[in-house]
Amino acid sequence: MQTMSSTDSITVDEGYDADNPAPVIEPPRARTGKTPKATRTNFELYGWLFMRLSGILLVVLVLGHLLIQLVLDGGVSKVSFAFVAGRWASPFWMAWDLIMLWLAMLHGANGLRTIINDYAQRDNTRFWLKMLLYTATVFTVLLGTLVIFTFDPNIT
Amino acid sequence: MATPTLDKVSSPGQDAGHLVTVTFRIRRFNPEVSAEASWQDFEIRIDPKERVLDALHQIKWEDDGTLTFRRSCAHGICGSDAMRINGRNRLACKTLIKDITEIKDGVATKPILVEAIKGLTVLKDLVVDMEPFFQAYRDVMPFLITKGNEPTRERLQSAEDRERFDDTTKCILCAACTSSCPVFWNDGQYFGPAAIVNAHRFIFDSRDEGGEQRLEILNDRDGVWRCRTTFNCTDACPRGIEVTKAIQEVKKALITRRF
Ligand code: HEM
Ligand code: SF4
Ligand code: FES
Repeated sequence: MQTMSSTDSITVDEGYDADNPAPVIEPPRARTGKTPKATRTNFELYGWLFMRLSGILLVVLVLGHLLIQLVLDGGVSKVSFAFVAGRWASPFWMAWDLIMLWLAMLHGANGLRTIINDYAQRDNTRFWLKMLLYTATVFTVLLGTLVIFTFDPNIT
Repeated sequence: MATPTLDKVSSPGQDAGHLVTVTFRIRRFNPEVSAEASWQDFEIRIDPKERVLDALHQIKWEDDGTLTFRRSCAHGICGSDAMRINGRNRLACKTLIKDITEIKDGVATKPILVEAIKGLTVLKDLVVDMEPFFQAYRDVMPFLITKGNEPTRERLQSAEDRERFDDTTKCILCAACTSSCPVFWNDGQYFGPAAIVNAHRFIFDSRDEGGEQRLEILNDRDGVWRCRTTFNCTDACPRGIEVTKAIQEVKKALITRRF
């Protein structure tokens, strides 16, 4: 720094402290009298609740899925076309996978939406990242749903 | 001369056995000189039972008068001297030097880092622009809202009803919580813990009738749902307010209101 007093006990330190570096945090976009515009919906409330409720269901669905696919009955080496065809012959496993697909995708997408809201600095970046996210989510959910419903075990 | 004089004049250097040498590493910023902030070390002799605020005073008064910081009451009441000390938000006037440093042979083993609170624009040295913080505070309408005629007597309240929001009445608006919140660091449009604490103080006050309005405000995009329960605010609060709990209570009130 520029201002040095004559006391020689004062030393100027150029860099940050080596064993305790404090990250510099730039001020974020600020709140003013005009921002933000009120939306008067319960969207964020439902989003928050959905994360928790879908999380509870995902514990069962995802852990069960991993157990069946990767651990039981010879582990991952048993997974083949025939194995999948056998499981999807039952409406129970079709429903399991369908629910898991939708919940995990919506849960993951809403989680990423939160992260984009947190970290995107400019409105434009925010908008386009979300568009990319929503496109990818819709595409994956629709494709997965299509496969579950149109799966043909006799395909050649 | 009739004026009474002291028998013994104490000379400097004497009776100074209680003093220790401590280095204060302070993050300086002066926009008139440089666009960059930088750390500056001040080595001082001070009683370790003094507070960081006393050290800042000593530096300002004896070493470098340009050091700039806010303080008013110096006793943890006005909320003006929240700063980041050794990486944690605290009030300089409530932080004893001996509690945050290790002293060996009369010398502190490590420098004490002092910098402005984060997430608000630094104006100079340790002084930040508090306007966005107070804007969020004003936005939750932190005042009594009632309908109907003014009562002729005081508004009575049972001890239990008073207890309901006792914790959140203690806030001194120091911004230690809001400026410790990672969500606020990244997006200052979030109301932040302090505004929610002060909304809580009225939402759960049996005499107040504006709770519904305040809940509506905090239900929006930048309200309580952005809170990620990191507990930084609870750790930072110099008044010991259970900030995260207050935020969760507002969330709960919103959910039970809906269902
Ligand atoms: C195993 C069961 C799971 C549970 C119990 C669970 C629970 C949760 C909860 C409660 C949140 C909200 C956190 C907050 O608001 O602070 C969350 C966020 C999130 N979840 Fe999950 N989740 C699970 C599985 C998954 C899966 C399979 C994915 C990926 C598809 C995922 C991706 C995310 C993401 C990206 C976030 C946002 C992270 C953040 O807010 O910082 N989760 N999860
Ligand atoms: S809740 Fe605590 S940390 Fe936050 S502004 Fe009030 S007194 Fe300061
Ligand atoms: S100077 Fe008033 S709270 Fe510290």
